[in-house]
Amino acid sequence: MPDLLIELFSEEIPARMQARAAEDLKARVTDGLVEAGLTYAHAAAFSTPRRLTLAVEGLLAASPAQREERKGPRADAPEKAIEGFLRGAGLTRDQLEERDTPKGKVLFAVIDKPGRAAEEIIAEVLEATIRNFPWPKSMRWGSGSLRWVRPLHSILCILTDETGARVVPMDVDGIPSGDTTEGHRFMSRGRFFVTSFEDYEAKLKRAFVVLNPGERAQHIWSDAENRAFAAGMELVEDGGLLNEVSGLVEWPVVLMGDIGADFLDLPPEVLQTSMREHQKFFSVKHRKTGRIEKFVTVANRETADNGATILAGNQKVLAARLSDAKFFWENDLRVAKSGLSAWTDALENVTFHNKLGSQGARIGRIAALARELAPLVGADPQAAEQAARFAKADLSSEMVYEFPELQGLMGRYYIEAAGHAAEVAAVAQEHYSPLGPSDDVPTAPLSVAVALADKLDTLTGFWAIDEKPTGSKDPFALRRAALGVIRLVLENGVKADLLSVFRKADLLHAAAAGDTGPRVDSYGPDLLSFLHDRLKVYLRDQGIRHDVIDACVAMEGNDDLALLVRRAEALEAVLKTEDGVNLLQGFKRANNILTQAEEKDGVEYSFGADRKFAREPSEIALFDALEQGEGAIRPALKAQDFPAAMAAMAALRGPIDAFFEAVKINDDNETIRRNRLNLLSQIRAICSSVADLSRIEG
Amino acid sequence: MTKSDSAPRSFQEIILRLQTYWASKGCAILQPYDMEVGAGTFHPATTLRSLGSTPWAAAYVQPSRRPTDGRYGENPNRLQHYYQYQVLIKPSPPDLQELYLGSLEAIGIDMELHDIRFVEDDWESPTLGAWGLGWEVWCDGMEVSQFTYFQQVGGHDCHPVSGELTYGLERLAMYVLGIEHVMDMPFNDPQAPISLTYGDVFKQTEEEYARWNFDVANTEMLLRHFVEAEEECQAILAQGAEDPKTGKRIVMAHPAYDQCIKASHIFNLLDARGVISVTERQAYIGRVRALAKQCADAFVQTKAGGWTPAQDVAAAQ
Repeated sequence: MPDLLIELFSEEIPARMQARAAEDLKARVTDGLVEAGLTYAHAAAFSTPRRLTLAVEGLLAASPAQREERKGPRADAPEKAIEGFLRGAGLTRDQLEERDTPKGKVLFAVIDKPGRAAEEIIAEVLEATIRNFPWPKSMRWGSGSLRWVRPLHSILCILTDETGARVVPMDVDGIPSGDTTEGHRFMSRGRFFVTSFEDYEAKLKRAFVVLNPGERAQHIWSDAENRAFAAGMELVEDGGLLNEVSGLVEWPVVLMGDIGADFLDLPPEVLQTSMREHQKFFSVKHRKTGRIEKFVTVANRETADNGATILAGNQKVLAARLSDAKFFWENDLRVAKSGLSAWTDALENVTFHNKLGSQGARIGRIAALARELAPLVGADPQAAEQAARFAKADLSSEMVYEFPELQGLMGRYYIEAAGHAAEVAAVAQEHYSPLGPSDDVPTAPLSVAVALADKLDTLTGFWAIDEKPTGSKDPFALRRAALGVIRLVLENGVKADLLSVFRKADLLHAAAAGDTGPRVDSYGPDLLSFLHDRLKVYLRDQGIRHDVIDACVAMEGNDDLALLVRRAEALEAVLKTEDGVNLLQGFKRANNILTQAEEKDGVEYSFGADRKFAREPSEIALFDALEQGEGAIRPALKAQDFPAAMAAMAALRGPIDAFFEAVKINDDNETIRRNRLNLLSQIRAICSSVADLSRIEG
Repeated sequence: MTKSDSAPRSFQEIILRLQTYWASKGCAILQPYDMEVGAGTFHPATTLRSLGSTPWAAAYVQPSRRPTDGRYGENPNRLQHYYQYQVLIKPSPPDLQELYLGSLEAIGIDMELHDIRFVEDDWESPTLGAWGLGWEVWCDGMEVSQFTYFQQVGGHDCHPVSGELTYGLERLAMYVLGIEHVMDMPFNDPQAPISLTYGDVFKQTEEEYARWNFDVANTEMLLRHFVEAEEECQAILAQGAEDPKTGKRIVMAHPAYDQCIKASHIFNLLDARGVISVTERQAYIGRVRALAKQCADAFVQTKAGGWTPAQDVAAAQ
């Protein structure tokens, strides 16, 4: 069985796209082959900056012949029907078979599809793959109309079996397939022939190309670690950078250099960010002090001077970059030490959103709201307000202008430099969190207060101006803000009625916008249900069923998320017990009978049942149980002891089951019937005081 | 050793070598455009000539002005007036990368000792309504050029696609010559009887313009000029294609585009004066883009833009 080798050779493919592109090439080609009947044993895809490669082993040499039989109309069917059948089958009348069936003579078409040679199928599949390749961004070049990530130069496509290798002939927009490729852009010259994947990989290596990105990454990492180790230092781990750098070189050569002594006192985050973002350097730190003192850069070639020129050039570029950073840092520290007000004032002139005012106005609102929220999270109101006022000051700093990803962190340095308490400074860094489902949630009370105020100001503001997320569009990251609120509240056990918090935030917005009245009444419920939707997603990941959450969201006090979740957890737990499951059935049965009767009779059976009309022992027992149950459930709910309330509810399962077992609800005596319906109503009322069980599925 | 293998000794020698190199590769060596622009791309030889199907190959030096980058000549790398070297070839030839690398060798960068890399960098000019895909080219970690395949200019799809190369001349020359501060760079041959540094030529002007750009330029006048340029651009384009005097078809794409360039530069000056707020900024950029787009629309109605008399006939029918 032949092996297939494909290489698409182009100008430099962006590093971030390579891995995905290799996988897409593999998936699209192998899917296409299999769909056309060509199965294979194994496939692997590779990428370098200039090539995507696919090796398929053990491919069928041809797709198997297929015979298809189609049943048509009866032989004596109208001409039109037969014609239609012939057209569909692509046959003539004399090619059809007549067969006797219980329904008489019926026409059958037997269509033979001969197998097709692998070459033919591969050419079709590969051309379609190239023309429809899912690049995140693609382009045209020259006079052609083909799109690729960057100009595509050559297509290597060969089939190899025991008789040797042969080119799979094809031509895509003037680029013919062939059996040659080239090596490293600078270290190798000219094209060479390739006869198989093994031959290809070996010849590439001789031409200074490491085909496998994993091998390149491995080489870079171990070489870099060794060099750091030899210098008595330690490489700072950075998987994202490693992947990127592996996609920038075909022949990685690791070089280690010094960071000028002038720059060693910059904050380590600044050094690391500047080196990573601008130069794609790894940081090397002192084993003991953790100070970053050296860098590792990865060149794409060997040189006669062992990289001395390359390293000197890189060092020089780094020095220029770090001079800028040092300049920013020193200027910023000067401003910070003079009290930060220059920065906070400057934010008055920065537009946050044209309907929501300036950053300065926003910070004013957040500070006021943080002050209100502080008691709920155990923070000092005045400190919370002050921390909020400084939390975004660094947005005006030169360093953050240059490196936006350092926002917050720089604020922390600068606020401390301004002489404020460490916990106030920490707020600058922590109040943005959590930034996603896996980001840490702040726990320091000041940080929690400001983080909540920040997110709630954003949510209420955008809800008030009706700029809500739609579908995949969420330009202001409101889903993230909502999840942030949820995690901050739940993971810190914050007890807050969100509707009243919305109202406070809205008053601040209204005052800033000069609006007359609060608007929260119109959008508050919608915003709350948005939070409930995010909560469902969050709790689903924690293993709580969505219908359980629905049953609890339907209850009063649902704007206290911590309370809501405790109720949901208790309900989830009780529904996992046998009593819980059976109680749910009993509740549903009672609810169904009751609903039907109420519909039929046009009345609501909520008068309360009268014990004196009870006839059966199980009926009397149920009266007792409900009375007892209610007596236990009511105080438990009042104390927000949901497990106790749920347990008391589940304990009703026995009496309810026994009641249904022994008693016929629709008694002939109308008084008894109505009394029993009223009893069912009592079951429904008691259960519904715990959670809206009608929303539970199953 | 031939001359181009030896190391260049001055800023101007690097420019001369680029001129000679690209001339030898068949480019028309044009002169700088005689108006203030922010980058070589604004030269009509790039913006307008990248439109339409007529083949084109040009290279030129373009003095460029970025008022906000002025540092009174004190920053080693930042200038409010600097030079770009620009190459535009349409359709982009298949060996454009090799041609480009040849130009680096021509100015004395030894490919055997340096590490040249093509690092993803998509180019977009909001003021020109243009974008393309390509790279920034790194030499030992330093960006030495922009390399772009134009996909769209002035809102028009580029067919065929032009390949554009932009070299930041000062930075590149400083690297090749091993200079730390731009003002120390030899402008002409350091052995010449009267040797001049970059600072001898430009230190004083950097100071003068920085002061004017940041503190003195009359913003009311500039705001007025912006509007006037905008109006003139639109007035020019509103004229009919046929010239009543000569009876010829004369679409005035270039005079209109001059006004667009003018508006763009005035916007840059206003920006440096700090009188444009963040929100207004977008609006101004949008106004310049609208002009650029209309000029592009006009250019494709000209002969150089690919308009043929047959289209005239077809349009008349």
